Amino acid sequence: MKSFNTLAGAMLASTLFAGAALAQTELTMWYHGAGNDNEMKLVNEMLDEFNASQPDWKVVITAFPQAAYNDSVVAGALAGTLPDIIDIDGPILPNWAWSGYIQPLKIDESLIKDYLPGPKGVWNGKLYGIGMWDAAISLVTRQSYLDELKLRKPTLDQPWTADEFQAALDAAKNSGKFEYALDLGTAWTGEWYPYAFSPLLQSFGGDLIDRTTYSTAEGALNGDAAMAWGKWWQHLFTDGYAQATQDPAERDSGFATGKYAFSWNGNWAALGALKAFDDVLFLPAPNFGAGSKIGAASWQLSISASSKHPDGANAFINFALQPKNLARFSKGLGLIPATAAAAELTDNYKVGGPLNVFFDLSNRQGVLRPVTPGYPVMAKIFEKAASDIAHGADVAATLDAAVDEINADIEKNKGYAAQ
Amino acid sequence: MATITSDNHGLRLAVRYAVLVLIAVIFIFPLVFMLISSLKPDAQLLADTSSLKAFLPVGDISFNNYSAAFKRAPVGLFILNSVIVTGVTVVLSLIVCSSAAFVFVFVNWQGRDLILTIILATLIVPFETIAIPLLLISSKLPWIGLDGLTWGWLNSYHVQIIPFVADGLTIYLFVQYFKDLPGELIEAARVEGASWFAIYRRIVMPLAGPVLATAAILKFLAMYNQYLWPLMVVQEEGYRPVMVGLQYFFQLNVVWGEVMAYLSLITLPVLAFYLYLQKAFIASIASTGVKG
Repeated sequence: MKSFNTLAGAMLASTLFAGAALAQTELTMWYHGAGNDNEMKLVNEMLDEFNASQPDWKVVITAFPQAAYNDSVVAGALAGTLPDIIDIDGPILPNWAWSGYIQPLKIDESLIKDYLPGPKGVWNGKLYGIGMWDAAISLVTRQSYLDELKLRKPTLDQPWTADEFQAALDAAKNSGKFEYALDLGTAWTGEWYPYAFSPLLQSFGGDLIDRTTYSTAEGALNGDAAMAWGKWWQHLFTDGYAQATQDPAERDSGFATGKYAFSWNGNWAALGALKAFDDVLFLPAPNFGAGSKIGAASWQLSISASSKHPDGANAFINFALQPKNLARFSKGLGLIPATAAAAELTDNYKVGGPLNVFFDLSNRQGVLRPVTPGYPVMAKIFEKAASDIAHGADVAATLDAAVDEINADIEKNKGYAAQ
Repeated sequence: MATITSDNHGLRLAVRYAVLVLIAVIFIFPLVFMLISSLKPDAQLLADTSSLKAFLPVGDISFNNYSAAFKRAPVGLFILNSVIVTGVTVVLSLIVCSSAAFVFVFVNWQGRDLILTIILATLIVPFETIAIPLLLISSKLPWIGLDGLTWGWLNSYHVQIIPFVADGLTIYLFVQYFKDLPGELIEAARVEGASWFAIYRRIVMPLAGPVLATAAILKFLAMYNQYLWPLMVVQEEGYRPVMVGLQYFFQLNVVWGEVMAYLSLITLPVLAFYLYLQKAFIASIASTGVKG
């Protein structure tokens, strides 16, 4: 009889559990990580935990390859088939918010009060997206190189000045030890250009657009500061400090093989550099006059405007923002956790960890790319301008043309005013 | 005046073959490079690109890139999807476009030339210009399938097939070919009381082998290489074709050996199809230059 009761109890419990599972409302989610097994494994682990943690919602994911993701989302928006939850690259967020693809989040503000600034996707005063991590760039080199070239080690409080950076490049070039003094990663195209190189323009005092009005690039991208950046940028290539055209293989392995003295690269490549040498340094960006700047913002979670279950989507995002989840992606992918509390849960980014410097770089030097719906267009225009200048185009004419193109786009879209 | 002797005839033959071999080598080298590179680890692959080793199976050769490619993406599924979409489209296209061309060439009806002109005019309209309207229409169309009546064609095979069944180029190819067929054949059949369908099926199509092969190969290549349209209308992995699948391999750090392995795998159906129809294709090309 006892065994019958136990069996009956187990059956009743399993029936109730199954009932709870069946009662879960399905939330759809699109993610950009198809083809990246490691990343998808982490995402699926988090989804499984969320789905098992409560009886109301079940997130079902569809993954897209990153290179095809944005186009798929735009097509989905046009066709009215967007899912409840989408992830979104930070700088594009204002465009998708302006286009009406996504809606403001309603999440627990306490979860993001200690957040790094980069992962917060704010546009028009509203939070539309939130990231679990940030990315940061540093000037990678080796202590032995600095010693050999008799260079001061720059710090966050005292980064290299423009003159010091130039002296470092000269010393590396004149040493004859390196094929090129500086690896800028020109082999990478697309978003790398505005992400990695527009902060250098901003450090000169220029920008892609006048951020006080977001209505014109005049003066920001072709003023005196931008002209100074353009001439400096061009001389890096014409004077043989860096390659305007680079083989992807050189980008991947050039620093590790001693081809370059300095490499302008992101935290995602830092573990590889640490494996290659035991005296690797991740230096802050030089200060060209207007402060040291690096790019901020990475992929973020957002909710589509057409979602019929924004409460469930918000519940999922609240779950995703727990420190253990931020740490999960940092441990698995080498990304910068969005909070100091989460960083302490990781070996690499905790205080004293080998990559902790990136957390500070993101916090103190990170600058968002222009927070405007016009950013995707100006990013492409800037990429072309920077590449043209690197290949010898006239600086003033190129920047003037870029300004005209950006302004024409803004005008065509009626100033990208909120609709 | 130069005369052909046994000596210079041999020399000319040798030169001719040398030129042909050179051209063959130029065309085949990309394929050889792809296949050989798919067998090498990235470090060796990139190091070999600056020498002839790039075309030789030397060094650390293995099938590791192939196993990694299958692990990174459902390669078999993507190839199957592309073969289904391409195969069905090619078959339907040959039937529909040849039928249309038959009606344009052999049947007299009012407005025939105008309609044909309009169809041929679509050749100058790039697909990109109609992609978004087509997406909006496709997303709202009804479909009766195993699940009954559903609305919206997205995430299916038929949304990748139906918009491409009829096209101006294929109709044009058939029209040009049918125009060269002897009209007496058709007239004789009509006199004998044959229906238009019987003439199409029993007289015209059996003579259309070369143009069928040409149209099939051109359609096959266009469909197999589809990227933009499936990217827009297919969100579920289960219906993705090979070209969208290629993007799975372009992560931040690209493993070129895996890319080459994937490309080798997805090239196989194209090569097999081309080799199968090669003779008819060449016959069709040759016939376009022969005047009777």
